[in-house]
Amino acid sequence: MAKVPVQFTLNGSEKAEFIESGTTLLHALRDKIGDTSPKGGCHQGTCGACSVIIDGELRLSCLTLAETCSGADIKTTAGLAEGGVLHPLQRAFLDAFATQCGFCTPGMIMAAKVLLDRTPNPSREDVVEALSGNICRCTGYEPIVQAVLTAARANSQNAA
Amino acid sequence: MELRRDYFADVRKDGLHEIGQPRPRLDSPGHVTGKTAYFADRNFPGMLHLKMVRSPHHHARIRSIDTSEAEKHPGVVRVLTAKDVPHNVYTILILIQIGPEDETVLADGKVRWKGEAVVAVLAETERAAQEAAAKVKVDYEVLPAVFDMEEALKPGAPLVNEYHGQNYYLYDSGECRKVRFGDVEAGFAKADHILEQSYQSSPIEHAPTETTGCVVAPEGNDRFTCYTNTQAMFFTLDNTSIILQMPGNKLHFVGGTVGGGFGGKVDVIVEPIAILGAKLTGRPVSFIYSREEEMQISSPRAAEKVVIKDGVMKDGRIVARKVTGYTDAGAYSRHSPYGAQKGAGHYPGPYTVPNVWIDTYCVYTNRTPSSAMRGFGVTIGDFALEVQMDKLARLIGMDPLEFRFINAYRDGDMKAHRQPTEGAALIECMQEASRAANWPVAEKYMAMSSYRKGA
Repeated sequence: MAKVPVQFTLNGSEKAEFIESGTTLLHALRDKIGDTSPKGGCHQGTCGACSVIIDGELRLSCLTLAETCSGADIKTTAGLAEGGVLHPLQRAFLDAFATQCGFCTPGMIMAAKVLLDRTPNPSREDVVEALSGNICRCTGYEPIVQAVLTAARANSQNAA
Repeated sequence: MELRRDYFADVRKDGLHEIGQPRPRLDSPGHVTGKTAYFADRNFPGMLHLKMVRSPHHHARIRSIDTSEAEKHPGVVRVLTAKDVPHNVYTILILIQIGPEDETVLADGKVRWKGEAVVAVLAETERAAQEAAAKVKVDYEVLPAVFDMEEALKPGAPLVNEYHGQNYYLYDSGECRKVRFGDVEAGFAKADHILEQSYQSSPIEHAPTETTGCVVAPEGNDRFTCYTNTQAMFFTLDNTSIILQMPGNKLHFVGGTVGGGFGGKVDVIVEPIAILGAKLTGRPVSFIYSREEEMQISSPRAAEKVVIKDGVMKDGRIVARKVTGYTDAGAYSRHSPYGAQKGAGHYPGPYTVPNVWIDTYCVYTNRTPSSAMRGFGVTIGDFALEVQMDKLARLIGMDPLEFRFINAYRDGDMKAHRQPTEGAALIECMQEASRAANWPVAEKYMAMSSYRKGA
């Protein structure tokens, strides 16, 4: 089958691949490029485990065709820590015991990051709304909501 | 977190260092950075994808299987049927002598539930495997099916599983697990009230976010490394060894990282066939359930029916309890004979009852085979028991919490299974629940103890 070239920025690095037309971004990231931080839970856009950030927007990589991402700026949880220092959201998830099996965690963190980038001081309702597309079957939602609120507070204190 | 040190203070050395302290989880740093390696995060060059052809019928004889069109499909490398599996009929608990072997890795002559694995297709891509699977032709003769446990136990019901010969698991105790303690009929005869109620539950799917699967890599030395999300590593290794007639030292299982299990990943389903595929093709193999398979194919918690008959006195004492439990195993045993046995071990609940009669049945139907899930065999039983306790309290006009204090088991009480009670803590749990929920009970109950004589 004919291959299609795609080129995008992933967590600040230039990536280029030849992919089969119709390949999802999730498949391209995980199996071609080797960033396995987005997870495939349902492959039908319902669980949120594959969430990534494309040009500042939260996207489900299982429903995004890789070939539509040429020239895009893509961010995943694997690229969040800078210089070995955890992002405040990662720190807050650790401290708040907001992970159990961990499978939903990278997607949750992506959803939370887009929220905090836009709404630095979210209400609890804002957080619940922002995470509503991400399923945690271990049902650890409360610590996750608390972690996002804690990270928001840490951010605003740093900014002040 | 509040640690209530006053409970059991006189029988406990109070040198607690870890309990009550938050400690970081060792796996969390991997989770928050996306570095935790789940089985599907392994990728190997030349990896094949396995897709299963499944039965569209609940119960059918297989007249013939034609894989010729599937084999010609572009990208297909190998198609597997029952004859390719060295030891095709197995049962998980054979490792602890709970037979008979009653389940096929790939269906041989018959299917017993809708979704049963019939033919495995290995191809270069998931898409090619899926397309080729659709080209496998299976000619079925549909047979009558039974979906209800009581119907399955009636004479003349369709026989679900010939390896058992009847639609229930035959224990060494007979058609069910039995507990007999005291004289339950004499207890009913002297009771002020009798209450018999029936409780039922549906199957429950675990729905883990990470679906069931494994990735297998053939090594250069005739060994196979299997990356799996099984929750039962050694059960899986030993059963795979039996199914593939391959010594255990040829199998290297890597796991322990599970994206949600809840008991749903203790069966031995994906690993043997994926390893067989890797062996017969010499290539890495990935077999990952789709979300649809996870919901429809993986074992759920069993449907259960629990019938409880109690004799109770006006003063609140339960004097007789008779429980009949039914566990719907579906078409195959998997862990259900054990689940039904656990039910027998759990009734009559954490209460001291002088006259007890328990029968628990493991029943075969043409439904999806059920298996483990969080406290299976006990969880639904507890639902039934505790609803029954509330109904009994209402029947005699007593506070439901005080009613439970009256019947709670305490250290030294003889249980129906003839084990003396040790280390009971129900009284203390209920005392704390009474405080925490602001549900006051009479002072005499707050002065009770599970272990202090006279209290």
